[in-house]
Amino acid sequence: MALLSVEELSVTFTARGRKDATAVDGVSFDVDQGQVVGLVGESGCGKSVTSLALMGLLPRKGVRIGGRAEFDGQNLLGISERKLRDMRGSQLAMIFQDPLSSLNPVVPIGIQVTEILQRHRGLKGEKARKEAASLLDRVGIPDPDRRLKEYPHQLSGGMRQRALIAMAVACAPRLLIADEPTTALDVTIQAQILELLKELVDQEGTALLMITHDLGVVAGLCDEVNVLYAGRAVESAGRRELFAHPTHPYAHGLLGSIPRLDAPRGEPLNPIRGSINDKIAWADGCAFAPRCDHYTMECLTGTPELTEPRAAGHQVRCVNPVLPKAEVPA
Amino acid sequence: MSLLELDGVKVHFPVKKGLFFDRTVGHVYAVDGVSLSVEAGQTYGLVGESGCGKTTLGRAVLRLNDITDGAVVFDGTDLAKLPSEEMRSFRRRLQMVFQDPLGSLNPRQNIESILSEGMAAHNIGKDQAERREKIKEILAKVGLPSNAMSRYPHEFSGGQRQRIGIARALVLEPDVIICDEPVSALDVSVQAQVINLLEELQESLGLTYLVIAHDLAVVRHISDVIGVMYLGGLVEEAPSDALYAGPRHPYTKALMSAVPVPDPEVEDRRERILLHGDLPSPANPPAGCRFHTRCPWVQETKCATERPPLLDTGDGHKVACHFTAEIEAGTVKQTLATGIEAVVATEAVAAEAVEVSEGDAEVPDAPAKTEEPATVPAQADAGEAERAEESPKA
Ligand SMILES: Nc1ncnc2c1ncn2[C@@H]1O[C@H](COP(=O)(O)OP(=O)(O)OP(=O)(O)O)[C@@H](O)[C@H]1O
Ligand SMILES: Nc1ncnc2c1ncn2[C@@H]1O[C@H](COP(=O)(O)OP(=O)(O)OP(=O)(O)O)[C@@H](O)[C@H]1O
Ligand code: SF4
Ligand code: SF4
Ligand SMILES: [Mg+2]
Ligand SMILES: [Mg+2]
Repeated sequence: MALLSVEELSVTFTARGRKDATAVDGVSFDVDQGQVVGLVGESGCGKSVTSLALMGLLPRKGVRIGGRAEFDGQNLLGISERKLRDMRGSQLAMIFQDPLSSLNPVVPIGIQVTEILQRHRGLKGEKARKEAASLLDRVGIPDPDRRLKEYPHQLSGGMRQRALIAMAVACAPRLLIADEPTTALDVTIQAQILELLKELVDQEGTALLMITHDLGVVAGLCDEVNVLYAGRAVESAGRRELFAHPTHPYAHGLLGSIPRLDAPRGEPLNPIRGSINDKIAWADGCAFAPRCDHYTMECLTGTPELTEPRAAGHQVRCVNPVLPKAEVPA
Repeated sequence: MSLLELDGVKVHFPVKKGLFFDRTVGHVYAVDGVSLSVEAGQTYGLVGESGCGKTTLGRAVLRLNDITDGAVVFDGTDLAKLPSEEMRSFRRRLQMVFQDPLGSLNPRQNIESILSEGMAAHNIGKDQAERREKIKEILAKVGLPSNAMSRYPHEFSGGQRQRIGIARALVLEPDVIICDEPVSALDVSVQAQVINLLEELQESLGLTYLVIAHDLAVVRHISDVIGVMYLGGLVEEAPSDALYAGPRHPYTKALMSAVPVPDPEVEDRRERILLHGDLPSPANPPAGCRFHTRCPWVQETKCATERPPLLDTGDGHKVACHFTAEIEAGTVKQTLATGIEAVVATEAVAAEAVEVSEGDAEVPDAPAKTEEPATVPAQADAGEAERAEESPKA
């Protein structure tokens, strides 16, 4: 049994006076201990809403949540607010894209870290301070004793993100959810943070749910990958399988759109036409249909089912998947 | 002679303090001696990390920033020394496209009005009917429907807004377009559309581009020549393929090793050169080689004391490092770790670099500047452009 098992998670925003908006529309995936699972997709596809739902951080009002999320045998979507608050920090932790917004600007870093150690691990005084310093040291923050006394704005973006990781791992959580943890950072700093996350997974056996729009990051870090489009997973596979044989037209198209550092200059990109705004409701058919080159009338007869057209465990939600013959250029 | 030549360009921003911000307590050395040439019909790509001075350099070419020192020679004329009236005619020939298309488009103007404004100011088209024809033609070129003319910026997607930004530059029939992070606000699938569009337009109109971006893969894809910036200076310049095949400056090596490639085979073989610490502040750049606080090959002699000039190392590949040849030959060894140790260890060198970066906190509005690099200058531009455009009529 997986550590986290998400089944048919759906999130609908039901603000009064507005049409219901379904942000997550039946997403399923598992995360095992010591495993990195990626959720990847373009802006607005429901990545952040998925992670907020799992952490119980969505507003209680005006939101309808469906499906299950079993974590260690308990449904995270059903337990009490108090229980969840206890689990957050000790068992589950999350890091966000913008570390500044998740740190308290008027409280020194040190106090923010020791508070967590006190609340979840019962450490006090000098003991807590020492542990806080060693956590900062662990994530590569130089001169931790001095840094503990400083306020978030005194740290650089990369250092803030490292401080946030230090806080997230302070209680050795079993599951870490990272929502675009490196998107706001420079690429050399991103490399440091990714290396740090990798080390955490390897050494502590932490399960990592990695949310990103960057397929390059996914290729280097994730064991399993879920490609989301308009609130649904359209393709899920192991990392090597997915990148070697992208089979859903969207995933295939995405990989053709990305300029690769190692591609010879002059090779043209193959963009997907239109934008995420050109979509139809999943209930009516495939949401990707208006942008899809493989589209047929069949695509407009309700949500396509998940199939395994290539290999066991490689799931694709498409009636006309990209199969090898179409991949071989003339 | 190249179409655009920069020679020793410096842009230093004074750091003001005191009750009335009347005391200059130092300078932000945003651009500190950059020389480069852009050939007609080609694309020069400028890469580097946040705050290294890319935008400032681009704006300096258009004289949207005061040039502290150096020359910007465009088609034989040094723009840096040109009186502002004479600058006007050059403004049309040098256009800019911004990262955040929405921030640089006036929300209350429809597309026709946005596009014809600049045309009228530069006397393009004898009347609005003629201008409208031209706009129609350009909209088609950038892939927008002609009914776009009567619509407003918020009615378009991010990719379409970027097309509007490009159209606004094109209606003025420029020679050079400076694209500042033209695709970084866009989703990947849309990014590719805009990159292809820029390439097609270059081909059909013979445009010259200076493309500024932090994404090395994007820059490598569209540029003929790439310049790598670090803390206000160029550290390496080479033809795109040559730079990828053999980066020679330690910073470029680290930068390239850090760019993720969407291919597990490549990622698994990758050896990352992880750098120590963070970028020092341009208000207080390290002495000598500006990269010496983080350079894995830093040597005891020269690195901390002498600033290495950008020198040709053969076949147009220029590098600013005292030890290029020795590093290439393997006769000087790495002095700092570059694996995970680089992240976890708290070496004195890293601490020192960080110390310097703290200077940031003391620059009154520096943090805001770096966090909103796109919107702030973009809006300022709109204002400046408007003023420039109004003055002739007055
Ligand atoms: N509180 C909310 N009320 C209404 N709609 C919301 C709310 N939060 C998110 N949404 C909508 O849900 C959809 C999914 O948003 P989400 O933030 O999960 O996207 P994302 O995949 O994280 O995108 P990005 O890459 O831009 O972060 C979007 O269409 C968004 O507008
Ligand atoms: N008007 C200004 N006054 C003072 N400092 C400035 C001004 N404009 C830019 N700077 C500073 O100059 C440095 C270079 O900024 P610039 O915007 O050119 O960097 P950049 O390379 O474009 O970065 P990014 O990738 O974040 O856009 C930064 O430290 C910035 O804070
Ligand atoms: S179901 Fe049809 S429209 Fe959707 S991705 Fe597959 S082929 Fe394209
Ligand atoms: S001059 Fe010295 S510090 Fe600078 S890049 Fe070369 S080896 Fe590194
Ligand atoms: Mg998000
Ligand atoms: Mg910039």
